[in-house]
Amino acid sequence: MRYLHALMLLLALAWSFPVRAVQPDEMLADPKLEARARAISQELRCLVCQNESIDESEAPLAHDLRVLVRQRIEAGDSDAQVMNFIVARYGEFVLLKPRLEWRTALLWCTPPGLLLIGIVMLLIAAHRRKGAAVVIGSANLTAAEEARVAELLRGEAPVAGD
Amino acid sequence: MIPELGHFALMLALGLALVQGIMPIVGTRSNDPVLMSIAGPAALAQFAFVAMAFTALAVSYVTSDFSVLNVYENSNTQMPLIYRLTSIWGNHEGSMMLWVSILTFFGALVAAFGTNLPVVLKANALAVQAWIAAAFELFILMTSNPFVRIPNAPFEGQDLNPILQDPGLAFHPPMLYLGYVGFSISFSFAIAALIEGRIDAAWARWVRPWVLGAWMCLTLGIAGGSYWAYYELGWGGFWFWDPVENASLMPWLAGTALLHSAVVMEKRGALKIWTILLAILTFSLSLIGTFLVRSGVLTSVHAFAVDPRRGIFILGILVVFIGGALALYAWRAPLLKQGGLFAPISREGALVFNNLFLTTACATVLVGTLYPLALEALTGAKISVGPPFFDLTFGPLFIPLMAVMPFGPLMGWKRGDLLGAAQRLLAAAMLAALATAAAFALEHGGPMMAPFGVGVAVFVMAGAVTDIAERTLVLRLPLRAALRRALGLPRSAWGTTFAHFGIGVTLMGIVGVTAWGSERIAEIKPGASLDIAHYRVTFDGTFDRAGSNYRDVVGRFTVHRLNGELIGNMQPSRRAFPDRNMATTEAALMSRGVNQLYISIGDPNKDGSVPVRLYFKPYVLMIWLGAGIMFVGGALSLSDRRLRVGAPRPAKARARGVPQPAE
Repeated sequence: MRYLHALMLLLALAWSFPVRAVQPDEMLADPKLEARARAISQELRCLVCQNESIDESEAPLAHDLRVLVRQRIEAGDSDAQVMNFIVARYGEFVLLKPRLEWRTALLWCTPPGLLLIGIVMLLIAAHRRKGAAVVIGSANLTAAEEARVAELLRGEAPVAGD
Repeated sequence: MIPELGHFALMLALGLALVQGIMPIVGTRSNDPVLMSIAGPAALAQFAFVAMAFTALAVSYVTSDFSVLNVYENSNTQMPLIYRLTSIWGNHEGSMMLWVSILTFFGALVAAFGTNLPVVLKANALAVQAWIAAAFELFILMTSNPFVRIPNAPFEGQDLNPILQDPGLAFHPPMLYLGYVGFSISFSFAIAALIEGRIDAAWARWVRPWVLGAWMCLTLGIAGGSYWAYYELGWGGFWFWDPVENASLMPWLAGTALLHSAVVMEKRGALKIWTILLAILTFSLSLIGTFLVRSGVLTSVHAFAVDPRRGIFILGILVVFIGGALALYAWRAPLLKQGGLFAPISREGALVFNNLFLTTACATVLVGTLYPLALEALTGAKISVGPPFFDLTFGPLFIPLMAVMPFGPLMGWKRGDLLGAAQRLLAAAMLAALATAAAFALEHGGPMMAPFGVGVAVFVMAGAVTDIAERTLVLRLPLRAALRRALGLPRSAWGTTFAHFGIGVTLMGIVGVTAWGSERIAEIKPGASLDIAHYRVTFDGTFDRAGSNYRDVVGRFTVHRLNGELIGNMQPSRRAFPDRNMATTEAALMSRGVNQLYISIGDPNKDGSVPVRLYFKPYVLMIWLGAGIMFVGGALSLSDRRLRVGAPRPAKARARGVPQPAE
């Protein structure tokens, strides 16, 4: 099912580009700076790939971006400054974690919002249920069906399905 | 001749599907038993014709009949027989054939073994099943015909995409499809219940084995795909939050929720309306997954717009089935009787909690996957939603779910004893605290939260064991008596324990490898070595090796412990497929317990050095081991006496000696 992913990867991987993800020669000598570069790389999208960060990608453009990130870090930029620099050049599309803005509000609000709505609905349902005296169960079944259900619940009859 | 037979068989299957979709419904409306009884034989015959069509395609592949366009484009006489067979579903047309084959196979199973079902429910469910089949058969015939011929047959076919020529990927799609399509049964039963306007606890009992079976296949399918990505893509990632992966995760999350809500419905008659909705949503997500993968919409909205025939067709199927099902639900669900009261602190309450978090997590994945597409289609703005987003939103939803999971099985139905459950989990909690402390002490580096992740994972595992220990009284009775109790427990109880334990194992693997994995990336010359974790890996040099339709450049590495003890050899390679002008990375893996050493190499440089990516992946095998344990749990639960066909009468003594069966 990952054909598309694989295909896009292959396009980038075809022989004409022997470049591979994070090359030894790209890496910074200072392990602290390099670690920062790796962390930033994982948040940036390879623009010509499908859903791959520049840290994973083998595409030449990803290589250019990795080098660019490292240049900015060496020039003394903070992580946020590097991000801003890249976004200014390549647009918001480059961020794998979109910033919270009006147009992404729905995206970011879905998880907590839905959870909240679910909890509220459950509370309302519980409240209602407490108020109503409900006839439970199989009041609307015929006698024959009752017997059938009882038989099934005892596990004596074969059950369809496997 | 054979492809034409296949094509014709598929058309006949479509005709039969239409009969099967219309007559039984007319029958149930007019209370005509003859019309209703058409459903079963029609389903069997439809499957026979689809199977014939699929076999025709398979024969074309095996005999390398390159006059069939689909075979020419995806197969090659050089390929081993097994890949000639699996390349049937390595392409769009063939995979849709597989999809429909599985769909009609399940329909035939219901028809053949559903002798116990109420006549009306069976007729309606099979009719709904036939609508789905008809839609996809029409889709294949109109837009994706695999039997198209080429006027002048070429001598040799093109190749199957090399990255798909791999045992892992060969069997990954059928497993996933078994899962996706398996959920169509619960969908059909849900729609049938809505059409009929009534539903009871027995409905859940009929549907649950199907949900369970589909869930098991999906679990294995997802795990298989993940392991394939892990070793094939060359850097050892196991989950990418790729839209195509999300497409399989969403039905899994919804299906897991469905599995649990169906338990409540079966045992207590509660959550009926919700279970129906989940059954609809789960299959809808399977359809959405099929749409995402098959329409090309993921590559870009524009690619979709350029050749929209297939995409529009599947989108039409989506709108009709999901929209229709939800409309029917809105109209008919209020007619269904609710039942089964329970206190918030109870087994039911715990399962509702499970459902709340699972569906929220599922919705998060859905919105995250579709948001960029929707935003681009509506405003033209392009944004990306990738792993950092999902890590930040999915994790916080899943951790509470894990932490509460051990409490569920220990709670009583209707009204549970939270304090009592907590007391019984005391040992598990202490074990978890101990594991957290040990992780702090023994592992270095990694995020601060990681040891707590270990704690949660251990709590889940120990909690699962606690449930069984409590039921068998293993610590209070003599061993023999406890063993007898253990054997007497319903298999579904063991199923729960295994499945929950498996989740803990998988979580442990994910936390471990994410937090404490290490890597070395370097260009090294023959004779040089790299140290990682407690291993020293020495590069001996490269050699060439020829395969059936590829050439390998193999790197030889020797692995020692840091104290000098020799452990073994690893041979990663760079595999070139001349026919396609492509190369793949064949990583070498060495398992040390549940840890792995992982090496992948790039193309060698002129001076004999190679770029090497060397990883130490602690606990990584637990990720897939856990999935395997979950599968076993599902199988145990499926084999439970209550769900088996023709189960014998339970022994009286056993019925008395064992506490209430529950999951």
